[in-house]
Amino acid sequence: MKYIDEFRDGAIAIGLSKKIASLINGHDEVTIMEVCGSHTMNIYRYGLKKLLPSNIRLLSGPGCPVCVTSVSYIDTAIAISQNTSASSNSGRDVLITTFGDMMRVPGSSSSIEKERAKGASVAVVYSTLDALHLAEKYPDKKVVFLAVGFETTAPTIAASVIEAERRGLKNYFVLTAHKVMPPVMKALLTDKELNLDGFLCPAHVSTIIGSRPYEFIARDFHISCVIAGFEPLDILQGLYMLLEQIVKKEAGVQIEYSRVAKRDGNPTALALLDKVFEPCDVEWRGLGFIPQSGLKLRSRYEKFDALMLMQNKSEIQNLSSTRIGDPKSEIHGCMCGDILRGVKTPPECKLFKKICNPEHPVGACMVSNEGTCAAWYKYGET
Amino acid sequence: MCIAVPMKLIKIEGTKGIAELGNLQREIGLLLLENAKIGDYVIVHAGYAIQKLDEEDALKTISLLESYLEKPPDAK
Repeated sequence: MKYIDEFRDGAIAIGLSKKIASLINGHDEVTIMEVCGSHTMNIYRYGLKKLLPSNIRLLSGPGCPVCVTSVSYIDTAIAISQNTSASSNSGRDVLITTFGDMMRVPGSSSSIEKERAKGASVAVVYSTLDALHLAEKYPDKKVVFLAVGFETTAPTIAASVIEAERRGLKNYFVLTAHKVMPPVMKALLTDKELNLDGFLCPAHVSTIIGSRPYEFIARDFHISCVIAGFEPLDILQGLYMLLEQIVKKEAGVQIEYSRVAKRDGNPTALALLDKVFEPCDVEWRGLGFIPQSGLKLRSRYEKFDALMLMQNKSEIQNLSSTRIGDPKSEIHGCMCGDILRGVKTPPECKLFKKICNPEHPVGACMVSNEGTCAAWYKYGET
Repeated sequence: MCIAVPMKLIKIEGTKGIAELGNLQREIGLLLLENAKIGDYVIVHAGYAIQKLDEEDALKTISLLESYLEKPPDAK
């Protein structure tokens, strides 16, 4: 496959890993965090940790938007799916459309998958294009898209809202849980338990937002940043560039993934994001509320907000008041919060593999196919 | 979720197009990428093209990576 295979060459990986070892030989331990589920998955899939010397500590942070989706969001989606219309002969009039990895994320007592088994209408889709198609095909159904994702995905939901307005669709809605990376990276920077030296920055989030939003990390906190692609050689080359900065004590923001990510990002996508969404404070599962780290629909587009479908408006307040530490909001023994922050690894969780596994996930880190626990379970410690 | 591969744009129809990867072809949205041309390699995420692949930069990166290949000792 063109522009893919070239970045998976095993012989080059060996050569590059030797350069990394030589560069960092004798240096104090270096701590680098990646904040991208696809980086997490590929580091484990390709066994990259085995190619790194022992004085590089590579942590997986909160890079999986499914994993950081709050319990209350799932409960809200379930409540909306149970809507029935007095005028509808077919009972439930809501069709939930969702990315596949949201299906089994645990809510406080159920999941979208379990609700489907009990009669909820749910369709797994690859794209909001598919959800728009379903809204046109089933005009008597309220089609609700579970809008979860970081800055790579949010523009695709923004595009769908613009398109729904253009087509005059009255039955298309989005339930937003979008989050943005720079605020959570700032929260991690100031976490004394982590003591980070550098961030491996996400490839496709950065394709949208560019490299400028990370500049404060290097400028104000002297922590190195490199935007790296997902292929194994991209990750190794990105790590090499980070280590060069760290060894020279010159923190900056560099782009390894220059064939796609540019300093200014994608201006068209950014303009669409700004047109449809505005920042808000949101809850990250396992991390708590982080100010201005979420996106909500601007008031001009509130007619597409699925929260308008809640039959009992006071339910919205009750559901959104679930907090971390509330017995409903966390499953006893689940260590997803510490795993998402990078301070614990999955084997340190008492539930890992014993009770929590991909067939019966307890926490979100195991459910998502890009979650840290799912990666450890599937590929083992590397 | 973010993992996406470069696909070749082979058709454009308004705000949508067709992109291919090997034998696989699929309809994609082009609302997020202006000025895409037929023949461009585009990164497709959740059904939308989010950026054009810069082939010149790709070749530069490939060349840099190939420089890490260990040269075998000359046979005597």
